[in-house]
Amino acid sequence: MSEIVLEIDGKKVTAREGATVLEAAASAGVRIPTLCHHEKLEPYGSCRLCTVEVEAGGRTRLVVACVYPAADGLRVRTRSDKIDRIRKLILELYLAHAPDAAGLRDLAEEYGADRDRFDKEASFCIQCGLCVRYCAEVKKKHAVGFVDRGWRKEICFVPEIAAETCWDCRECFPLCPTEALQAAYVFVEALKFPREDPPGDGAVPERS
Amino acid sequence: MENERVDQIIDKHGAEPSGLIQILLEIQSENNWLPKSALERVGERLGVPLTRIQHIATFYKAFSLVPKGRNKVHICMGTACHVRGAQRVLDTVQDVIGIKPGETDLDLKFSLETVNCLGCCALGPVMEINGKTHGKLTPAETANVLKSYE
Ligand code: SF4
Ligand code: FES
Ligand code: FES
Repeated sequence: MSEIVLEIDGKKVTAREGATVLEAAASAGVRIPTLCHHEKLEPYGSCRLCTVEVEAGGRTRLVVACVYPAADGLRVRTRSDKIDRIRKLILELYLAHAPDAAGLRDLAEEYGADRDRFDKEASFCIQCGLCVRYCAEVKKKHAVGFVDRGWRKEICFVPEIAAETCWDCRECFPLCPTEALQAAYVFVEALKFPREDPPGDGAVPERS
Repeated sequence: MENERVDQIIDKHGAEPSGLIQILLEIQSENNWLPKSALERVGERLGVPLTRIQHIATFYKAFSLVPKGRNKVHICMGTACHVRGAQRVLDTVQDVIGIKPGETDLDLKFSLETVNCLGCCALGPVMEINGKTHGKLTPAETANVLKSYE
């Protein structure tokens, strides 16, 4: 497989052909923030947080690093005033949905995002699709999917599949940046297949 | 809707995942809505996960996951119809059938939706039932029109 050489933040970086800008940057130790990216999953490009500037043929463009293919001679800038402004705005929009999400807090601090900039619209899900894609691509269970579209889009479990598989897997739980997924799961379980005797493994915390 | 009928529709379209939307459309137009059992059958036969079918069935407005009435009433609330008294037409319809936009009556006789401009503003206020246009409506005429549907 042939190799390509590109420039990321002024550094020469060698990458294999077909790699994304994000992969090339990671191999050179340059960190680009991501929310919807996962190594085991196909690139998705929904959160736009990994936006970077690329320069090719004298033109500068904004692209998302997790899907944009690295190319020979490409010049990439991963931080600039413009990029920081964009990331700040994206984070502020997400914070309107999930103001207290642990997965957003550090990023918000790094980019100076104001969690109160937009009116709260607490859906808690930022539609990164990690849960849906992990269940489909890695586990091949398809227990959770999206329904509806636009601002009404939300995740939805298929109760029959969830009842059989989810509790023993739960691999998607730690992936969710906002914990909206866990909430949705507990909700569907309570409504559709309530547990007769709650397991004693600490999953349902004791009340004191 | 019987599974056999669903199977016939699936076979007609070749039971390929690429025919999914066509199959759903045909079930929708024949049955007026997509029952869960039909979606499960389609998923099984085409090898498409239910999550994907759910996403498609909720994405397009042409599909309904709840029962719809035999007669589809669309009231135009576009600008031209609005100034010509669309609200009074809508109020009359709501009074006569007893449902709000987005709802279906218990006998599955009518479903009511509002739309924004049907493209025949000169006829406003306009009500369309099953694709037939009724224009220049007064509240009294509206009630009469509704009575002519079974
Ligand atoms: S529930 Fe969480 S993991 Fe799933 S799409 Fe929403 S934010 Fe992403
Ligand atoms: S990580 Fe690239 S768009 Fe989300
Ligand atoms: S506004 Fe009603 S048909 Fe145009």
